[in-house]
Amino acid sequence: MEFVAISLLNGITYGLLLFMLSSGLTLIFSMMGILNFAHASFYMLGAYFAYQISTWVGFWPGLLVAPLLVGAVGAMVERYGLRRAHRFGHVAELLFTFGLAFLVEEIVHLIWGKTSVDYKIPLELDGTLFTLFSTDFPIYKGFMMLVSVGMLVALYALLTRTRIGLIIQAALTKPDMVEALGHNVPRIFMLVFGGGTALAGLAGVIGGNAFITEPGMAAAVGSIVFVVVVVGGLGSLGGAFIASLLIGCIQTFSVALSISITDVFALIGVTLPAGSQVARLTITQLAPVLPYLLMVAILIFRPRGLMGAREN
Amino acid sequence: MKKPFVRSLALAASTLLIGGTAFAQVKIAYIDPLSGPFANVGEAGLKGFKEAAEVLVNAKGGIMGQKLEFVGFDNKGSPQESQIQLKAAIDQGFRFITQGNGSGAAHSLIDAVNKWNARNPDKTVLFFNYAAVDPTLTGEKCSFWHFRFDANAEMKMEAITNYMEADKKIKKVFIIGQDYAHGHQVAKYTKEMLAKKRKDIQLVGEDLHPIGRVKDFAPYIAKIKASGADTVVTGNWGNDLSLLVKAAKDAGLKARFYTFYAGGLGTPQAMGAAGENLVLQLTEWHMNVPTKSTEKFAMDFNKKYPGVWFYYLRVNTMTEMVAKAMNTAKSTDPKAVAIALEDMRFPAENGEVWMRKSDHQLMQPLYISVFSKADGKAVKHDSEGTGYGWKTVASVTQRDSQLPTSCIMERP
Repeated sequence: MEFVAISLLNGITYGLLLFMLSSGLTLIFSMMGILNFAHASFYMLGAYFAYQISTWVGFWPGLLVAPLLVGAVGAMVERYGLRRAHRFGHVAELLFTFGLAFLVEEIVHLIWGKTSVDYKIPLELDGTLFTLFSTDFPIYKGFMMLVSVGMLVALYALLTRTRIGLIIQAALTKPDMVEALGHNVPRIFMLVFGGGTALAGLAGVIGGNAFITEPGMAAAVGSIVFVVVVVGGLGSLGGAFIASLLIGCIQTFSVALSISITDVFALIGVTLPAGSQVARLTITQLAPVLPYLLMVAILIFRPRGLMGAREN
Repeated sequence: MKKPFVRSLALAASTLLIGGTAFAQVKIAYIDPLSGPFANVGEAGLKGFKEAAEVLVNAKGGIMGQKLEFVGFDNKGSPQESQIQLKAAIDQGFRFITQGNGSGAAHSLIDAVNKWNARNPDKTVLFFNYAAVDPTLTGEKCSFWHFRFDANAEMKMEAITNYMEADKKIKKVFIIGQDYAHGHQVAKYTKEMLAKKRKDIQLVGEDLHPIGRVKDFAPYIAKIKASGADTVVTGNWGNDLSLLVKAAKDAGLKARFYTFYAGGLGTPQAMGAAGENLVLQLTEWHMNVPTKSTEKFAMDFNKKYPGVWFYYLRVNTMTEMVAKAMNTAKSTDPKAVAIALEDMRFPAENGEVWMRKSDHQLMQPLYISVFSKADGKAVKHDSEGTGYGWKTVASVTQRDSQLPTSCIMERP
């Protein structure tokens, strides 16, 4: 019981962080048709910016300033890079973001070095929020959940209750029609790209000190956010939300299952030959692969994702 | 008139060039991760070697008048990349290499060095291993061209399980490790030795996680907690250990951790006060083991490299022993150096050490210490500025640390 409750909390915390990362990606992906391979790089930039700001004026200003800076960088990238690459088609865009990811990593190497930086949780958030059964739940994890949920509510309000949100929503599915109505779609694209990267930056600000701020952090989450977007479905924030929580919980709970593949097959009445390496693998060891397995299964059986709006 | 002048000038220039080689340095290629998840570990080791070469060798006359220098080669922690970096080092004229972070990379290097030396007997390469502790490196895969200056995992686990044997409070043990050669070996020896020494101890769980890829250990800690373990054994190092103890601290897990590497590289800072009396380590030395001169060396080092804390005594031992071997052999030929190193007894700062000839494994005293509040007496120095340091609770003499070897060495 204690284990299930704690694992659920851990899974939800991780899932909410994933959602923060993937919400921007799914918006950009569905609206502009761009698979932004550099999305996780903006997550990393968020963490490094916040670290730099925290060394000067502390954590709290960084919480606000770092995502805005990342958003500004993102908007510049769209305005002066992607928009030009766009003229040469989707492949050019794809390659552009692919290259950008490497570029950002090298820039981080040059400025902050190849080792991790000491980006710490602020003292006022270091401690125990509550004790469930006998396991402590840290304040910082509660803070992460609060920020993510706050962001979800704000994003939802922005998209459904404001004029700009309505235009963005319209542009998601019918960009040509929105342009025909006289809206400046390129500028909306820039805003969405900037906004999406700012969300990734915010995830970096609170994820960087919860885990570790290092040049490899972008690559570590880079592929998992795509899984979230594919599983959740294109253009669906709700889908991304459910997929994030699902993947967060899968990763947390699969660590706990010490049963082997042989046991799993035994459940459905198949006996695997004993002694093979594969048959002895446990679910725990397979934990890192499971989200990708889910993605492959979704692509085969439900290509538009859990709540996808468009098939293509 | 003109020509002889030009000729003499050329002659003078060439003698200058030849003269220049007399100051040539003895160079050792340091092949370890300088980028990626273990870059902090690799960087700390390289700084340690550079400082040791400067202070312990070059300031005391060097190697037959030449300077000793360590040069970093970034293997990104990968066995494949290690071979590429070895090739690069050989192409640049290096005849000595050192590596430590990861037995996977060490296996790859030992194979590559053996092959190279078989094909190029006139340009042999010698491998000094300062931290890769897979016992097979001095067991089935032992090589004349490889020397290990750290106690191997079997010796370490022997010492740790001897200590655990006496602690009757231990009832349930959980083993967690990185999913590669080293993690597997630690798990294997823990199980074998505890089964022999303490039949009443129950093994309640065993997990291997991907090396360098887990950033949040909370799920693993939840599992350890659910298993009811009172003791955790881990061979983790670098961030894999720091993040593990950090997650344990966040969840308020009160199990005791038996580790190899909790003494440095960010782990003391990650655990802070939460590690008091709960985290133990087995090392060849720690700051509160009295020495003749290492205390001062360490304090100078910490001042010179803020944020990197002196941790590896064996780096100093290795550097001094290699320099001594070269000076005794009066040669920097790898084979002559290897022969001089064999059977060498050396007064290291942690006591007399012995390089066993049969498997090239260094025998040295070992210490088990527990993370305790610095009190200025038994815990004179704290670790990484945390206010907590290491207190020796048990020690193993050099002679007692010896275990039989399965090495059958092919000698050139």
